[in-house]
Amino acid sequence: MGDYVRQLPGSSAGLSRRPGATQRFHLDLPLLGLLLVLTLFGLVVLYSASGQNMGAVIRQGRFILVGFVVMIAAAQFSLQRFQRWGPLFYLVGVALLVAVDVAGVGAKGAQRWLSIGGFRFQPSEIMKLTVPMTVAWYLADRTLPPRFKYIVACLTIIAIPSALILIQPDLGTSLLIAASGMFVVFMAGIGWGYIFGAVLLAVASAWPVWMYGLKEYQQQRILTLLNPESDKLGAGWNIIQSKTAIGSGGWEGKGWLKGTQSQLDFLPESHTDFIIAVLAEEWGLRGVIILMGLYLLILLRGFWIGIHAQSSYGRLMAGSLTLTFFVYIFVNMGMVAGLLPVVGVPLPLVSAGGTSVVTLMAGFGLLMAVSTEPRRVVH
Amino acid sequence: MSRRLRQSSVGAWRFYLVAAVLLALLGLLLGRILMLQVVTSDRGREFLQDQGEMRAVRTAEIPAYRGLITDRRGEPLAVSTPVISIWADPSLLGGSDRLPELAQALGMPLSELDERLARYAGKRFMYLQRHRVPAEAREILARRIPGVYGEREYQRYYPAGEVAAQLVGFTNVDGSGIAGLELSYEDWLRGIPGKKQYIKDLHGDAVRDIGVLEPARPGRDLRLSIDLRLQVLQHRELQRAVAQTGADSGTVVTLDAHSGEVLAMVSYPVYNPNSRRNIDPGSTRNRAMTDEYEPGSTMKPLTLVAALESGRYTTDTVIDTSPGRIRVGRKTLPDPRNYGEITVSRVIEKSSQVGVTKIALDIGHEPVWKVFQRLGIGQPLGTGFPGEQSGLLPSRPRWRPIEEVTLAFGYGLTVTPLQLARAYTVFANGGVLRPVSLLALDGGELPEGQQVISPDIAADVLTVLERVTGEHGTARRARVEGYAVGGKTGTVHQVGAQGYIDDKYRALFAGVAPAHDPRIVTVVVLNGPKGDEYGGGAVAAPVFSRVASGALRLLNVVPDAPEAVVAAAPGRPGGAV
Repeated sequence: MGDYVRQLPGSSAGLSRRPGATQRFHLDLPLLGLLLVLTLFGLVVLYSASGQNMGAVIRQGRFILVGFVVMIAAAQFSLQRFQRWGPLFYLVGVALLVAVDVAGVGAKGAQRWLSIGGFRFQPSEIMKLTVPMTVAWYLADRTLPPRFKYIVACLTIIAIPSALILIQPDLGTSLLIAASGMFVVFMAGIGWGYIFGAVLLAVASAWPVWMYGLKEYQQQRILTLLNPESDKLGAGWNIIQSKTAIGSGGWEGKGWLKGTQSQLDFLPESHTDFIIAVLAEEWGLRGVIILMGLYLLILLRGFWIGIHAQSSYGRLMAGSLTLTFFVYIFVNMGMVAGLLPVVGVPLPLVSAGGTSVVTLMAGFGLLMAVSTEPRRVVH
Repeated sequence: MSRRLRQSSVGAWRFYLVAAVLLALLGLLLGRILMLQVVTSDRGREFLQDQGEMRAVRTAEIPAYRGLITDRRGEPLAVSTPVISIWADPSLLGGSDRLPELAQALGMPLSELDERLARYAGKRFMYLQRHRVPAEAREILARRIPGVYGEREYQRYYPAGEVAAQLVGFTNVDGSGIAGLELSYEDWLRGIPGKKQYIKDLHGDAVRDIGVLEPARPGRDLRLSIDLRLQVLQHRELQRAVAQTGADSGTVVTLDAHSGEVLAMVSYPVYNPNSRRNIDPGSTRNRAMTDEYEPGSTMKPLTLVAALESGRYTTDTVIDTSPGRIRVGRKTLPDPRNYGEITVSRVIEKSSQVGVTKIALDIGHEPVWKVFQRLGIGQPLGTGFPGEQSGLLPSRPRWRPIEEVTLAFGYGLTVTPLQLARAYTVFANGGVLRPVSLLALDGGELPEGQQVISPDIAADVLTVLERVTGEHGTARRARVEGYAVGGKTGTVHQVGAQGYIDDKYRALFAGVAPAHDPRIVTVVVLNGPKGDEYGGGAVAAPVFSRVASGALRLLNVVPDAPEAVVAAAPGRPGGAV
């Protein structure tokens, strides 16, 4: 009788004995489901944002498919393997970054692309994963919280690729990669003293740098970033148009494919960096809440995986990747909503673009690897 | 072991803290978007919605269709056809490398296009070409030259061309009436433009119509009283008469004898209303209404009315006109020959100056003046036609004898041909005077008339008028085959700067047909006929004959004088000299 009850469907005890398909393929079902919903939703928005260009949707769909394959593939590796190979990729990445600065392909006034046999990609994307992996590798085997000299070593690991990307020049990506590395340090339990000290130092140095370090035209450029209305046709154009798009959406929105700002070319980069303005205009606040809800669930799942991670490395990586994902969301939305200066950061998994999707999905694959890490027996 | 535990708990604590911070930041973002999208503030949702609309939504005028002008049978005289005007934004088009292509498409020399663009430099609007045929315009617009646009308009087209040109008038390039009935009925014909909203994109191209705010209200149609068939006939006959007599100008007007509707009204010279480049302003005169002349002997039937009303004369009263001339003041007025003792009827038939002078001196100017006035001479017709004249019937404090006499035979006053025709409707209509109308009177209801002379006298005058076209009358050439007609000729000297010009004449004829039950009244005026024949009986009466002949047939009037058919069958209608 007892055995009979145990075999009823839905009995967790019964299922836990035999690893299911998801367990066997190292999949995290809630995360997989959320990512599927998010990417499909993104394609629907992209169809409208690209001016109803089915070709663009198919191309992006292909990228997403590749992303899912990469994610599932990545999930099959054990964490130890990530831990061991991370630094290798880091070194390759740094080498490629040097190559970009020397022989890269330009786009919009910056050298970011590397062309190998007709295949173009951005080496900086690789660093988004390998920098936190390397920092985590470095810290995982040391006593936590790390001592000062280890922190300095971590900062060096972070600073080299950040500097290389900064001179491309690509300030946004450079800051994001620096942040992804710093999150590992933070998650490793760095003392609050260091954090407050760094913040104070940054604030204190801001004033002298502003007064003496910057020329007048540079100051002007920063002021424009903060107040786009002062340069309506130049730097302020994007932000004014996107705010108008968001505001005119209202609660209900104008309807899919019916946004005037986005459909009529007023909104620049409507299918890439500013795609959320299209969503806000056509779907209204409801659409924004749906999207943010999806993101929030993904973030919470990421943290849940981090908290339940079996190893320091897993915990550090899960926390750092989730935080990085959040930073992308926040910087992009903040930029489009006029809260932050305009830097070229796409909306993760929704904006058109291939490399970004593949990198992010690889990161989620790593997250799945963390979540399906074999339980360790506590002695 | 203990290190791992501690580390684990520190890690979890950090995760919760970070999660809380993230939630707060996401909340901040959502709040920001909420402020932009839903909250009302001075730079919030409504401001941004307005901004969005200002960028994309435009209001445009929908051109209104101008009312149709037709003749009394519904034949179109003026219609509006859709056309496309091509305009440019010079600030976008200027300096374009596609100007040669554009100039070629427009059929305009490149230098002219350059010159016009230079003139409008810095402006945002200029017409390139107005009123292109839609198919051609679309071809030009299909080239999608930046800064070149099309605008829908209506162009007026006049199917009857020059035949009704002076009466119908025309519109300017913007579709407002500026001449003729197009001008006088502007408010009636003009529609009220509507408004529509459309969405334009960043490049200024219209992308989608949102909807019509106010539909365009088309103008109302105007049905004229004229009959295009009669108008064409009259036009042709006037052209022929001008060609035959060498007259400088002329006019023919035909009224419905009972209703006072204008059935046809033509003038010469004419112009083509569909191509008005280099037209002579004189050719736009609708002379039946805008020109006033001394009517001359055509006034004698009215003087006859005064004589009959005085009670001292009947049509059979005998007047001695010997010796064929009479002296009034310092002037001697001659008859062509000595008619001797003739009846009053014969005085009009022969248009005897001596007979009329004797009657005038007998009854005085006042009864004559009053009859003229009662029959509408010197009174505005009130059609509202632009430039309509009302003639002049002078009222003098003291009348010299010669003035009394000349008034009686139609000098010293002016009338328009339309006024003269209207006065003759009184004889045709049993003494009732009705207003004239340029518009078709609907239904059987006639406008209220005034009994200005007694029916008996009207009948008497009609009889006399019929005799004028008889064997002994001055207007034998006015006769119409199969019908008895009546009328009166007139021949006057034209007036120049130095007074009457000896060798320049004006030939007039005013007639009614048929004489026994009149249907039409027609007045013919020919100015400056050349040659030996210049009198009303010689040049104006034949025009009346041909016009009346055609008109009676068109109006299906039963012939009332079959014997005349036999009499005139071998020759031309009314073929006697």
